[in-house]
Amino acid sequence: MSIMSYNGGAAIAMKGKNCVAIASDLRFGIQAQTVGMDFEKVFPMSDRLYLGLTGLATDVQTVVQKLAFQLKLYELRENRPISPKTFLSVVSNVLYEKRFGPYFIEPVIAGLDPKTSEPFIASCDLIGCPMEPEDFVVTGTCAVQMYGMCEALWQPDMEPDQLFECVSQALLNSVDRDAGSGWGAVVHIVEADKVTTRRLKARMD
Amino acid sequence: MAMADIYQNNYMSMAPTERRFEPYAFNGGNILAVAGEDFAIVASDTRLSQGFMIHSRDHPKAVQLSSSTVLAQSGFEGDITTLKKHVKIRIDMYEHNHGKKASTSAIASMISKMLYYKRFFPYYVYNIVAGLDDVGKGCVFSYDPVGSYEREQYRAAGAANELLQPLLDNQIGHKNMEGDFLPLSKEKALQLCIDCFISAAERDITTGDCVFLHVIDKDGIATKEFPLRRD
Repeated sequence: MSIMSYNGGAAIAMKGKNCVAIASDLRFGIQAQTVGMDFEKVFPMSDRLYLGLTGLATDVQTVVQKLAFQLKLYELRENRPISPKTFLSVVSNVLYEKRFGPYFIEPVIAGLDPKTSEPFIASCDLIGCPMEPEDFVVTGTCAVQMYGMCEALWQPDMEPDQLFECVSQALLNSVDRDAGSGWGAVVHIVEADKVTTRRLKARMD
Repeated sequence: MAMADIYQNNYMSMAPTERRFEPYAFNGGNILAVAGEDFAIVASDTRLSQGFMIHSRDHPKAVQLSSSTVLAQSGFEGDITTLKKHVKIRIDMYEHNHGKKASTSAIASMISKMLYYKRFFPYYVYNIVAGLDDVGKGCVFSYDPVGSYEREQYRAAGAANELLQPLLDNQIGHKNMEGDFLPLSKEKALQLCIDCFISAAERDITTGDCVFLHVIDKDGIATKEFPLRRD
């Protein structure tokens, strides 16, 4: 079994009209055995910037700490919040530093630009190859299922409520067809004036 | 001494050589079936591929077995051809022996047994049988390659089954949704099948070119086609 699917998990980010959504499941498992049901994989990095990490749980924690550290250094040095695009470069470089002994994680990034409030989503592979599509990014053991859901459900210029429904249905129905993910979900809807965080009622099996 | 040398030389030079036979290939493609109250729909793409090679853009994966039964198959084309040939022969034999047409459920049961007969050298084929049952209701039967089968309302199989099954769970099974739902109409089911294949063709390289839709109802079997991306 691949080390990328040792703990299981799923994360997804989507662009809407003047908003972005980012969500993850809550399972922490060791192969087929579920150990935790409260393992969020989406982390707030700054005011309007969120990071989702799936893969090996120990590396998820290491990388999120490393990035939080880099982010503080940046904000002290520059005395301004980081833009999502710059943060993507930081993530990419942190991952590529370990090109020949990588962290076994795949990140997704979602946020609004601190100056323009322009929506931004991106993802990387485990060695830091970045990707900035204009619709959605998915990562985790049920990435294939999420691609299928998103490809059918996503449409341009969704309002925050629509975006919440879309990302929630995409995530929930995908994790229900994957034994490695599930056990609840958390969704963040990021808008210019507020961030709404909701826990979803999901199948617990 | 001389004999021993010869023996030893031959023995030493005879490095073991392994010859392998690969009995299976995977020829991609995607199949899908949905059962409604008084109809069933079978959808399948028309691409036949192997790895990065497209062998054909016009190769239907669904075949009509009787006036109310359609069989869709994906997997290894060699086994598909063989299994399909045998299934058709067995259905003809059934008609001669019993003096009546084989029902969809009878065909479904027979295919299960034909697959299990090859339990230790299986047909590498994913089958879906769809049609009308004995009382005229829509039915879908899906199989694994060794004959385990089940009657269901909807099923996607083949290369992009992981992309499509959660979507069907959501849109037809109404999973993760609350409230009362209208029974599935033929028009909605047809549009959903097309949307499924458009999505699959976006992300799965073995799905594309064209989707064939077979609508089975009391009036017979109607066939429609819808173009997909060809890259």
